[in-house]
Amino acid sequence: MKQKFNIIESRCVPLPLENVDTDQIIPARFLKATTREEAFFGENLFRDWRYRPDGTPNPDFVLNDPRYSGARILVAGKNFGSGSSREHAAWAIAGYGFLAVISSFFADIHKNNELNNFVLPVVVSEGFLERLFASIAADPATRVRIDVPAQRVTNLSSGESESFEISAYKKYCFMNALDDIDYLLEQKEKIEAYEQKAL
Amino acid sequence: MNTLFDKIWDSHVVQQLEDGPAQLYIDRLYCHEVTSPQAFEGLRNRGIRCLRPEKIFCMPDHNTPTRNQDKPIEDPVSRKQVDTLAANAAEFGLSHFGMMDPRNGIIHVVGPERGLSLPGMTIVCGDSHTSTHGAMGAVAFGIGTSEVEMVLASQCILQQKPKSMRINIDGALGRGVTAKDIALYLMKEITTSGATGYFVEYAGETVRGLSMEGRLTLCNLSIEMGARGGFIAPDEITFEYIKGREYVPKGAEWDKAVAYWRTLRSDEDAVFDREISFRAENIPPMITYGTNPGMGMAVDGTIPTGATHKALEYMGFHSSEQLLGKPVDYVFLGACTNGRIEDFRAFASVVKGRRKADNITAWLVPGSWMVMDQIKEEGLDRILEKAGFTVRQPGCSACLAMNEDKIPAGKLSVSTSNRNFEGRQGPGARTILASPLTAAAAAVCGVITDPRTLL
Repeated sequence: MKQKFNIIESRCVPLPLENVDTDQIIPARFLKATTREEAFFGENLFRDWRYRPDGTPNPDFVLNDPRYSGARILVAGKNFGSGSSREHAAWAIAGYGFLAVISSFFADIHKNNELNNFVLPVVVSEGFLERLFASIAADPATRVRIDVPAQRVTNLSSGESESFEISAYKKYCFMNALDDIDYLLEQKEKIEAYEQKAL
Repeated sequence: MNTLFDKIWDSHVVQQLEDGPAQLYIDRLYCHEVTSPQAFEGLRNRGIRCLRPEKIFCMPDHNTPTRNQDKPIEDPVSRKQVDTLAANAAEFGLSHFGMMDPRNGIIHVVGPERGLSLPGMTIVCGDSHTSTHGAMGAVAFGIGTSEVEMVLASQCILQQKPKSMRINIDGALGRGVTAKDIALYLMKEITTSGATGYFVEYAGETVRGLSMEGRLTLCNLSIEMGARGGFIAPDEITFEYIKGREYVPKGAEWDKAVAYWRTLRSDEDAVFDREISFRAENIPPMITYGTNPGMGMAVDGTIPTGATHKALEYMGFHSSEQLLGKPVDYVFLGACTNGRIEDFRAFASVVKGRRKADNITAWLVPGSWMVMDQIKEEGLDRILEKAGFTVRQPGCSACLAMNEDKIPAGKLSVSTSNRNFEGRQGPGARTILASPLTAAAAAVCGVITDPRTLL
């Protein structure tokens, strides 16, 4: 959902698994919608880990742990979002209510999909991630602050802070709730000039 | 001193944003029914049309059943998604190859075989396996639905330029070793995130020696190493394959195109951000044992001791176990990875004169109607039928459990598709990825079998 980002401060949901693929984030059988129903996708986020085959919640999965309810930041192991290009994965993450995902490494297509849906992918060092998981394990109420203008992420439990990368263009988009299509639609003259020259 | 990737990318940059992405011009957009409806919805919400409708081709493939395609799709939700694509294509004036249209099939099979994907192009689709089209010598990559909307609206996307990697493979492939085995071997060697952030150029004599079908298989799996895409510089094999196909330039235009395509190669002194080399002799027939495509091993090998517990628990395997002789329930030949004519020839060469094992349910699914026609022309359908197999109708089928072809929970499937993720072929389904030869060996023996013993 288009929204303006400035500073996010929230508790976190820890998912200390590596290589979480988009088939786990949202299985293919939930991709049949023809409209952008974020709430529906959010309900089925991590469906096959979150629910048992009979449809009852799996109490062992972190999204069903009441200690983390209401958290707006997902913290995941490296290579998050590998596999299929399905943007439904980003819609599910947004639909569930996450504003940001912190990991040490994101798969390329999924990272773009998050950026295009106003979910902020925050890449941190392996050490920062490891210590953040440790902070959350010691205190599930651990809060993290993500300061978009300053490009800094802070573990408020330990005080550890790191800068993160975001292009100046995307930062502007996030702070002003603008998307790429808004931008591209203003570029028609440049596109036609390119076509004249190249094609 | 430019790489081929630089040349194609740079010639498509409309403008470079300061400290930001490039605005990249796209020559070809493909749309399928799953990742496009929300993009068309976006156009309607903004009240805009497609900028260059003639560059966009639509076809359903993920939801299509592989039997009775002449009848309406039974699942109403799948039917609605397929119908929505047809309606959107009509509303926005786009080419549409619907079910039962002789041009229908899996996008990544149809694009190259119709001559829609050509050397030097930029090609995108809301599908990670768009990397397949890189085999034509194109820069092709998967995108999300918002990006599909960008291309529909402006024929451009905003994209950070990836780094470049060259993977060289030299030497002679062993008997029973295919392009699929090369890809599974590469994933095992560099992991499923080893090429993340990169665009890969495949080079070396082994790659040059692959047929177009083999090249398409290799490039298809680039994404499974994390790469945005992978491609092979076009050469005589490429031009020979392309010539005369439906959407390819003809006459003087063809000569002009080929002259340009011959210039599409990395300069001798091009510098890549990363370069790695492998020997073909070291590549065995491969299978996977775990829940990502990088968890691979030789078909006659043993599961490594360091394998992830969660993955082995899901698969019902244990470390140090050999999988040869393990009973199999399902065999799937098809998908954008291995649904081409050469894959059917390979499968048929193994099962010819043998019989499908009784414990095996086999789904043989051509990637397109054109492949189906070739199967019939070459008489492969009769060889397969005599061995107890039937050929189904084209589509993505059991690759991703979005249509009727789902592997039941707990069942073990040897599959020529591209992903062995948990639940990929159906909730609880267990997938072993393999080449068409290895899949055929499992189909006739009923157990995991080294295909070299049957050749």
